[in-house]
Amino acid sequence: MDFKDTQEEAKFRKKCRDWLEKNASPKDDSTPQNDDFANKDKMKAAKEWQKKKYDAGWAMLHWPKEYGGIGASSMERIIWANEESKFDVPKGIFEIGLGMCGPVMMEYATEEQKERYLPPMAEGKEIWCQLFSEPSAGSDVAGLRSKAVKDGDKWIINGQKVWTSGAHFSDFGILVVRHDPNIEKHKGMTFFFVDMKSPGIEVKPIKQITGGSSFNEVYFTDVEIPDSQRLGEIGDGWKVAITTLMNERLAVGDAGGADVEDAFRWAKNQDNLGEPLLNNSAARESIADWYCEKSGLKNTKLRTMSALSRGETPGPEASITKIVSAGKLQDIGNFGIDSLDMAGMLKTENDDIRGFQNAWLGAPGLRIAGGTDEILRNIIAERVLGLPQDPRADKGVAFKDIPSGNS
Amino acid sequence: MNLDFSDDQKFLKEEARKFLEKENALARNRNVLENESHIDEELWKKIVALGWTGIRIPEEYGGLGLGHLELCVIAEELGRFLAPVPFSSSVYLFTEALIIYGSDEIKKELLPQLISGDAIGTIAVTEEFFAPIAENINVTCNNGKINGKKIAVPDAGIATHVIVVAKSNKGVSLNIVDLTSEGVSVEHQENIDESRGHFSITFDNVDSQLLGDAVSGWDLYETLINQAAVLFSYEQIGGSQAALDMAVNYAKERYAFGRPIGSYQAIKHKLADMYIALTLAKSNCYYAAWALSTNSSDLASASATARVSSTKAFQLCSKENIQTHGGNGFTWEYDCHMFYRRSKLLSLNLGSLSNWREKLVTSLEQSNIN
Repeated sequence: MDFKDTQEEAKFRKKCRDWLEKNASPKDDSTPQNDDFANKDKMKAAKEWQKKKYDAGWAMLHWPKEYGGIGASSMERIIWANEESKFDVPKGIFEIGLGMCGPVMMEYATEEQKERYLPPMAEGKEIWCQLFSEPSAGSDVAGLRSKAVKDGDKWIINGQKVWTSGAHFSDFGILVVRHDPNIEKHKGMTFFFVDMKSPGIEVKPIKQITGGSSFNEVYFTDVEIPDSQRLGEIGDGWKVAITTLMNERLAVGDAGGADVEDAFRWAKNQDNLGEPLLNNSAARESIADWYCEKSGLKNTKLRTMSALSRGETPGPEASITKIVSAGKLQDIGNFGIDSLDMAGMLKTENDDIRGFQNAWLGAPGLRIAGGTDEILRNIIAERVLGLPQDPRADKGVAFKDIPSGNS
Repeated sequence: MNLDFSDDQKFLKEEARKFLEKENALARNRNVLENESHIDEELWKKIVALGWTGIRIPEEYGGLGLGHLELCVIAEELGRFLAPVPFSSSVYLFTEALIIYGSDEIKKELLPQLISGDAIGTIAVTEEFFAPIAENINVTCNNGKINGKKIAVPDAGIATHVIVVAKSNKGVSLNIVDLTSEGVSVEHQENIDESRGHFSITFDNVDSQLLGDAVSGWDLYETLINQAAVLFSYEQIGGSQAALDMAVNYAKERYAFGRPIGSYQAIKHKLADMYIALTLAKSNCYYAAWALSTNSSDLASASATARVSSTKAFQLCSKENIQTHGGNGFTWEYDCHMFYRRSKLLSLNLGSLSNWREKLVTSLEQSNIN
């Protein structure tokens, strides 16, 4: 057992670090990260950084060589992400495109389309989003109802998508819709990519309980998509979508935000009935448990990396990450606010207090996004522990006949 | 990055597992529990023959001279099968104490006997129905003579030697006593997991040999249990995995309302939570094993982290295994209760969960995690 890089890993890490040191400045932890890409300057900076990485060959390490990547191993991607995270650079905006849309295009688009769309996606010139969830299709994404009707060599799309990150600044999107409600649910879907500036597309931001707006509703009214922008066969929509979703569940990992170190530091200094909060046994118990969770996740990640470093497929242990970290975030936020007693209601300029309040307000979203706690528990139970699926009311039934309540 | 056991260590683990499976260690545990015989002599002899009692003992004393990582993989398998042998008392505590603190003379005398199984050791700390601390130790050691009474000493009825935590006017010390000495009286105390007996020991002017120095015995004890906590944690995750496997298998086979109970989300989510607790504990155990094997400066927090999460995991897995089994889980006939009992024994033997949480936070204060 050790925590060292192999020789090759160390060499790659040095290469990453050397380039980053020349091209970016180290992160100052005291400034809170602000990734509001609706802000034009932020967007410009993000695009410039992506272009810089693209020109130097760092933009999409995991893409195959023929599409401009370097076919990097998982371990090399981890090393790059780890090194890049130490620098003050814009982050997050291109991940849906590079991580989910790009791979789908590579597999299903024509050669001409790949040549046209992949390089600008990689370069950061064009931003992509993912249009899957609908008002009545959340955990059960395959319950989506947006309609596609074929009209000659084009399709007419009507319906509504929701929870679309970045739709308001995206140039293109990948889209799954229902072309036939008269056949079985999973067989009646077809997959497309769409120009977000097409007539009939309307994007409305969703105001979240945090007050911020990272997601959108996207309305489709008689939107035309040429049949040439279909990805996969008619009726293969679910098959194409599922590969993208698998990537998403891997991508949504550790929750950022207030963690046990913050709770610990806070408890040392915060007054509680005339003594430091850290003297309170309930506070100590909570801190001990969060520390065990935090360490457990960190060491789980190290075990996963150990397998990758040896070129092996990691076990299923990383599947616990989001469920544990999102719950911990909510509890720590609550702990910090609660420690303020009545004054915990108040918004202040104090970074620690804001951190706890943001954690508490943001955590409910993390417990839902990219697979709810409940769906993730089902996945662990069924795929890791091998338990049988629930009997389903939607199997072998035409989509239009599936009970749907009032929604 | 290599937070994993070596191929040799994994092979040793596999062999240990096959051996304990073939020996039907779980059924042996039931036997010992029902007969209150406190040990399965035959299994113990076979374990001795495999050399496990001497894993960490240097070759110059006849041991295998291997490291803590080898001991960790054995511990996990012993935990999985609830092996009814005094391995934790004799190997993780008594033998380790001798390896760390023993003089060459003591080592020469006792280590070979511990390897051959002629000697079995344990440690006696508790005196009252509350947690022992340096300030409430009342058993005395003056001029090498021990006086007083210890309670809840695991495995003392089958042990030949015991380390007694005692006080003198100089401070607290660790003292080795031969349990066949004059003035020693060992009595069985009924307990909630009779597959491993617990005993009181009364000392009436009994001869002892000092282990370490006469002043800092409590610190030596703390260091010892910080190390042993990693090995106990490995037994706990072995037991957790076995309880989870048992619950999963039952949930697949047991039908209610026309379908397997494992297809209900109430059961699925319960089992997923057991898997999550176990995975966190296991990963913390890996790190603690590394810290133990390298004598890392953060061993105290690493071992407390492993200890707290493994205790929680085994408590959760063993109680929810019973719940998953419904009425059957509450019968003596099903094995569920043996895991439930052992989870309690392993969690209390080195001190309670709440006190280990306290140790963890104290170690964080000392290392200043922010």
